Amino acid sequence: MQTHTEIGYNSKVEGDVVVTRLEAAINWFRKNSLWPMPMGLACCAIELMATGASRFDISRFGAEVMRFSPRQSDVMIVAGTVTYKMALAVKRIYEQMAEPKWVIAMGACASTGGMYRSYAVLQGVDRILPVDIYVAGCPPRPEALLDALIKLQNKVAKEPVLSTLKKVA
Amino acid sequence: MAELREIQIPDAGARATEAVQALPDQVGVRTEEVADLPSEKMVLNMGPSHPATHGVLRIVLELDGEIITKATPDIGYLHRGDEKIAENMTYTQFIPYTDRLDYLAPLSNNVAYVLAVEKLMGIDKQLPPRCQFIRVICCELARVSSHLLGLGSYAMDVGAMTVFLHTFTEREKIYNLCESLTGARFTTSYTRIGGLARDLPPGWAEQCRKFCHEVVVNIDETETLLSRNRIFVDRTQGVGVISRQDAIDYGLSGPNLRGSGIEHDLRKTQPYLIYNQLKFEVPVGSAGDCYDRYLVRIEEMRQSVRIIHQCLDQLPGGPVNVPDGKIVLPPKDRVLTRMEELIHHFINVTQGVNAPPGEIYFGHENPKGELGFYINSKGGGTPYRLKIRSPSFVNLSILPQLLPGHMVSDVVAVLGSFDFVMGECDR
Amino acid sequence: MSGAPNPAPTNPPPPQIETAAGQPSTVTALGLAQKLKARFEGLISEPTEFRAEITLRLSDIQRIAEICSYAKTELGFDYLVDITSLDNYGEDPRFTLVYHLYGYGHLKYLRLKGNVSEEAAEVPTLTGVWRTADWHEREIYDMMGIRFKGHPDLRRIIMWEGYPYFPLRKDFPLSGRPSEMPEVAFTQPAPLAGGPFVTIAGGKDTVSREPRVRIPDTDAVEMNARLERRRDIKGAHGEARGPGPIQPKKERG
Repeated sequence: MQTHTEIGYNSKVEGDVVVTRLEAAINWFRKNSLWPMPMGLACCAIELMATGASRFDISRFGAEVMRFSPRQSDVMIVAGTVTYKMALAVKRIYEQMAEPKWVIAMGACASTGGMYRSYAVLQGVDRILPVDIYVAGCPPRPEALLDALIKLQNKVAKEPVLSTLKKVA
Repeated sequence: MAELREIQIPDAGARATEAVQALPDQVGVRTEEVADLPSEKMVLNMGPSHPATHGVLRIVLELDGEIITKATPDIGYLHRGDEKIAENMTYTQFIPYTDRLDYLAPLSNNVAYVLAVEKLMGIDKQLPPRCQFIRVICCELARVSSHLLGLGSYAMDVGAMTVFLHTFTEREKIYNLCESLTGARFTTSYTRIGGLARDLPPGWAEQCRKFCHEVVVNIDETETLLSRNRIFVDRTQGVGVISRQDAIDYGLSGPNLRGSGIEHDLRKTQPYLIYNQLKFEVPVGSAGDCYDRYLVRIEEMRQSVRIIHQCLDQLPGGPVNVPDGKIVLPPKDRVLTRMEELIHHFINVTQGVNAPPGEIYFGHENPKGELGFYINSKGGGTPYRLKIRSPSFVNLSILPQLLPGHMVSDVVAVLGSFDFVMGECDR
Repeated sequence: MSGAPNPAPTNPPPPQIETAAGQPSTVTALGLAQKLKARFEGLISEPTEFRAEITLRLSDIQRIAEICSYAKTELGFDYLVDITSLDNYGEDPRFTLVYHLYGYGHLKYLRLKGNVSEEAAEVPTLTGVWRTADWHEREIYDMMGIRFKGHPDLRRIIMWEGYPYFPLRKDFPLSGRPSEMPEVAFTQPAPLAGGPFVTIAGGKDTVSREPRVRIPDTDAVEMNARLERRRDIKGAHGEARGPGPIQPKKERG
C-alpha cells in the first residue's frame, strides 16, 4: 500500500532541493516539534522531569519546551493519577489546546487507574480524553517515555493531513 | 493562645487617597475625585495545573493589586484513598502504596512504614544490625535525593534554571544506586516487615561511597550558584517568616520547623534504628524565612552524606532479615523442600503477618517532616485503621496565615521553600 | 566551606516550656498521664501502656478542649501531632477519636481516646488550643462525618464541596458510589468492583475476604464454598471445572 505521507527524497536531484508531497512535509514539521504540555500530577511527573533533564534529554526529539500553557502545546502528557476531583480540570485544559493535539497517557494510573482501584480515582484518563499512546510502567522509565514519543511521531507521520484540513475548511 | 487577627492592608483606593493628600496643591487633583476610584479585590486562582505549585495544589488568592489579602489552599486533587485501601490489604501488600506517598523519597517512606508495623509486632528491637545500617543508608540517600529535587525545583521556580539540571544529574546517580539495589529507579518497595527484600549487591558499597564524594562537590556548586546570589537572596530573605510560636502551634515539622529555630529532629529525640550510634549535627535556622529553610536543607544534605559514610564504614555482616519464618518469607529452597517453611510461606502470603491487637503511633523523620503511621489493629494480617500523618498536609495548613501581606511572586518562593509533595498531602 | 553565609547553626535556647516536674530528665509519659488523670478525676481512665506508649481514655469527649488546654499549658504538650478517627462499625458508640500529643520540652508522647456516638456526632473543636487542629478536624469531617463545634471553617478539604458520602466509614465500599455534580466532579464505582478479584472491606481477616470465597457482584462471602461447589460439579460430568472461579450468572439459583 502506498504510503503517500512519507517524505521522499530523490538523491539524483542536484542541489539542496527536496521534492515531496505537501502532506509529508506538514507531517514532518509537526512530528519533529511536538511541544508537550506536561499534566504532571503524581510520581510519573518526576520521571517526566527526569526525561526533560540532561541525561535523557527529551529536547533531542523535538519536544524542546515543556509549555505549561495549553494554547502553545501539541501533546498533553498525562503523567500521574487522575482523580475524580482533578478530572474536569484535565478535560478543560485538553479542550483549551489548539488542534492538532495528541495525548500520551503515561504510567499505569493514567492508563487504567493503576493500582488505585478506589472511590476517588478515575480508572484511566481515556474515560474523558482520547488517548493516542499508552505507556506502561509505574513509573515508566524515561526511555519508555521517549519510546512513546517516537511512536507518536510515527503515528503523526502517517496522518492524512490534507483531507482533514479540507473538511475543516 | 493564638487568635485570629484581621490583616489591615489599606486597599488601592485608600493608598491613592493618602498619596494625593501628600501632593502639593498646585498639582490640581482633588481628593474627592481620587476617593471615588473603584478599587476591588481581585480573585486569582493559582493551580491546580501550574508549573510552580509542585503538584496539584490549588490556591485561591484574593489580591489587592500585587498584595495578597487572603489565601485559601484547596487540596485533595491527588486523593487516591490510601487509608481505605490499607484496610483491604495485608501489611506487606501496602508497601508499594507507601512508596507513592512522598514520591521524592520512596525509600524513606518504606522504612517508616515497616518500622511502624514492626513496632506494632514488637520486633523492632530484634532487627539484625546489618538490616538497620542498610535502612539508615536508604533513609539518608532518600533525604539527599529529596532535598536535591526540592532545591532544584525551588531554584527553577525562583528563576535559577541551571540548578535544576545540576541537581538532577546527582539524582540520576542516586537512581542508579537504587536500581542496582532494588530493581527500580524510584518507587522502590525495598523494605519488608522484619527486614529487607534483598541484601546489598556486591560492589554497591563502593559505588555509594563514590557517589558520596561526588555529591558533596555538587552541593558546593549549588551553594555557589545560590547562596550569595543577589537575586536569590533578595527573593528569599525576609520572605515567608514563620515565628517559633507559629511553627509549634501549626504543627510544622522537619526543615520547616528547624528553619524557625526549634532544634528538634526525631532522629535525635526519639532515636530509632541505629541513629543514636551515629555522629551528626542538626542544622537549625534563626530567622524562619525562606532563605533559612534553604540553608537548613543544604546543610542537612551534608550531614546525610556524613551519616552514609559512617554507616558504610561500620557496616556489619550477617543476615538482613529477622530469623522468624512467620514474619519473613523463608528462603525458597527451604520452602520447596520442607513442610514447615511451606506452611509459613503460604500463610504469610495469603493471610499476612499476624499482628497482635493494639494500636501504635510511630513518627519518622522524613525529608519533608514527621511522617507518622497510626496503626490500629484488631489482630490478623490487615490493619483495622491505618492513618498516615503526613508532614506536607500539616505544613500546608499554615499558608492561610502566612501568605497575606506578601506579593504574588512571593507565593512561589514560599511554596518552594516549604518543599511539600501533594502525593503525601492528599494520600 | 567556601564562604557561604551561615545563619548561626549554633543552638538557640530550647523553647521556654514549663514542664510539670521542672526538669526534663525526670519526667515520664506515665507521670504526665497520672497528673492529667489526677486533675480531671472521673473523666479519664487509668493509663494503659502498649509498646511503651501511654493511652488515656476519656469518658466524656465533650470536655476534650478543657483537658487539652490543661495539657498544653500545664503539662507542656505544645504539639498536637495528629487527630485520627476510627469507625467501630457495629458497635455503639460508633466513632472513636484519637489524639496524639507531644511536648518539645519533655519529648514525651501521649494518646487520648474518646468515643463519639453516631447520633450526636459532634465534638468540641481544638482549634483554640492548637491551630493545627483546624485541618485535621476538617479532614475527619470530610472522611468520617464527625462535626466539630466551634470550628472556624468546617468544610470538606479532600473531597469536593457537595460530595454526598463519607468515604472512610466502614459501610462505604472501597470502589465508591456514583455521584454527579456537573461542572465540579463526578464519581463512578471502580470497575470489577463486583468481580471476584476484589476484597471486601471490613472483614476480620484475609480468609474471610479472600477473592475465591466471594460471590461476585455482591458483598457476600461463601463460607462453605468449596464443599458446595464440589457438589455442584459432581453433577456436571464432563466439565473439567475446578473449584475456583465463578459460575456464570445465569446458572446461579
